Amino acid sequence: MTALPQLIVSTLLLGGVYALIAVGLTLIFGVLRVVNFAHGEFLMLGMYLAFWAFALLHFDPYLTLVVSLPISFAVGWASYRGVMRPIVHASHNVQVFTTVGLSIALQNLALVLFTADARFVRTDYYAVVVRIAGAAFNVAQIVAFAIAVALTAGLFTFMRWSYTGKVMRATAQDRDASALMGIDTDRVYAITWAVGIACVGAAGVLLAPIYPVYPTAGLQFVLIAYVAVVLGGLGDMAGALIAALAVAAVEVVGSYTIGTAWKEVLYLLLFIGILVVRPAGLFGQRGAEALGA
Amino acid sequence: MLTVEGLDVAYGDFQVLWGAELRVDEGEIVCVLGPNGAGKSTLMNTISGLVKPRAGRVTFLDQRVDGLPAHRSAGHGLAHVLERRRLFPFLTVLDNVLLGSHNPRARSHRAETLERVEALFPVVRVRRAQLAHTLSGGEQQMVAIARGLMARPRLLMVDEPFLGLAPQVARDIGLLLRRIREEEGISVVFIEQNVEVALRLADRGYVLESGRTILSGPSAELLRSSEVKRIFLGDVAL
Ligand SMILES: Nc1ncnc2c1ncn2[C@@H]1O[C@H](COP(=O)(O)OP(=O)(O)O)[C@@H](O)[C@H]1O
Ligand SMILES: [Mg+2]
Repeated sequence: MTALPQLIVSTLLLGGVYALIAVGLTLIFGVLRVVNFAHGEFLMLGMYLAFWAFALLHFDPYLTLVVSLPISFAVGWASYRGVMRPIVHASHNVQVFTTVGLSIALQNLALVLFTADARFVRTDYYAVVVRIAGAAFNVAQIVAFAIAVALTAGLFTFMRWSYTGKVMRATAQDRDASALMGIDTDRVYAITWAVGIACVGAAGVLLAPIYPVYPTAGLQFVLIAYVAVVLGGLGDMAGALIAALAVAAVEVVGSYTIGTAWKEVLYLLLFIGILVVRPAGLFGQRGAEALGA
Repeated sequence: MLTVEGLDVAYGDFQVLWGAELRVDEGEIVCVLGPNGAGKSTLMNTISGLVKPRAGRVTFLDQRVDGLPAHRSAGHGLAHVLERRRLFPFLTVLDNVLLGSHNPRARSHRAETLERVEALFPVVRVRRAQLAHTLSGGEQQMVAIARGLMARPRLLMVDEPFLGLAPQVARDIGLLLRRIREEEGISVVFIEQNVEVALRLADRGYVLESGRTILSGPSAELLRSSEVKRIFLGDVAL
């Protein structure tokens, strides 16, 4: 029973960052109807950004975070223009090949530029631990959680209340009708893609002080995000948020009770189980509705 | 103000329009008639730029507009209400209507346009906070037309405004289309499959069959035409 508070807090801390990764992914899917299989590589790029800024410029990762948002947005915008735009209305096969190809290309680019060595961002407060009700937590984890939640909440607020957010939801709900309102839907796609990439890039920066950085580092985190996105109902931002917490809970409880080696097996079993029972995700077929909520 | 000449449109290898014609003058109400699958919606979608023509030209207010992307047509003064209303289902009525004046020409007049549109369509004010998909069919059609008017168009195109509506509601919407012409000075083109309903409202009509404009003329003339009877009441006449 003494482990319970530790489990609960670990779940929340992990879930916060997963949520930030997952909402970016589901936002892109909700508007563009494209599954971004390169999402993990943009996370990896965010981690490297934090690492190099730390190693070369002695930037604290949380300072890097501030500059990472416009940088990731710009990288996202450029990758939309260069890679996604020509295929955004192509068949699903073409889209899958393109984003998987982008993923492989970015991994290899990182391999060539940065080698396969694992890198570490060792801040002064790396080993600082906070004790809450008998549970011990790394400070970087707590900060990552707080910022990830703030960014996720910011994205929700932006989508719900801002005019641009409404334009993005309108485009998700009916692209032709949006175009007839004078909305340049191609531009909306570019913005959406870039916002999604900015989210996952920020998540990468937040994870860099906690986990080793290497060219395929993104995979372990986005695998969970894909599970969360599908469980939440593709394109459903609130669903992805809740599902991210659920997956984090399975991961934490599974690691604790059965063993760390089993955690992937556990949440993938959960994934398959829920898909069998509820193929449209935990909350049923909401799809475009999600981006309306 | 709108002229469509020799319009050929194909979806892949499947040609749908063959030299389609249409003309709308300032202040007119014009209907496009034709059986299901004749290509009426395709014609309208090509005019607004959602579909690219293979050949032919579309001229609106003395400018070539064929080949322009759809999001440019609203700025030119052309509003298009799609078949089956196509509101943004999970946005509120107010947000739907406000997005109608997204184009830069209309955006600066948003508040003032909204006032006039609400005067024509009180449902926009009454239901403003409600999600669009929770409205009845007739209310949705009214909001869809209101959203089109928010673009401050010179020409309003409506694809099947009466589809699936109770007769009384359809009559109300017909009267509103008249008021839009009379009070706002906006020309109207609409698509309708019921000859009687369409020609009672319109000044002139075009008949499309299998992608070709086979007949056009003043409503009274078309109502008497034996050709129209053949197309629309063919089975009955035999
Ligand atoms: N997006 C599309 N792709 C392929 N064929 C289409 C598409 N839209 C319409 N069609 C076909 O074009 C023909 C004309 O359709 P449409 O213009 O919708 O006719 P109408 O509005 O007169 O009922 C139909 O045979 C229809 O199946
Ligand atoms: Mg039609």
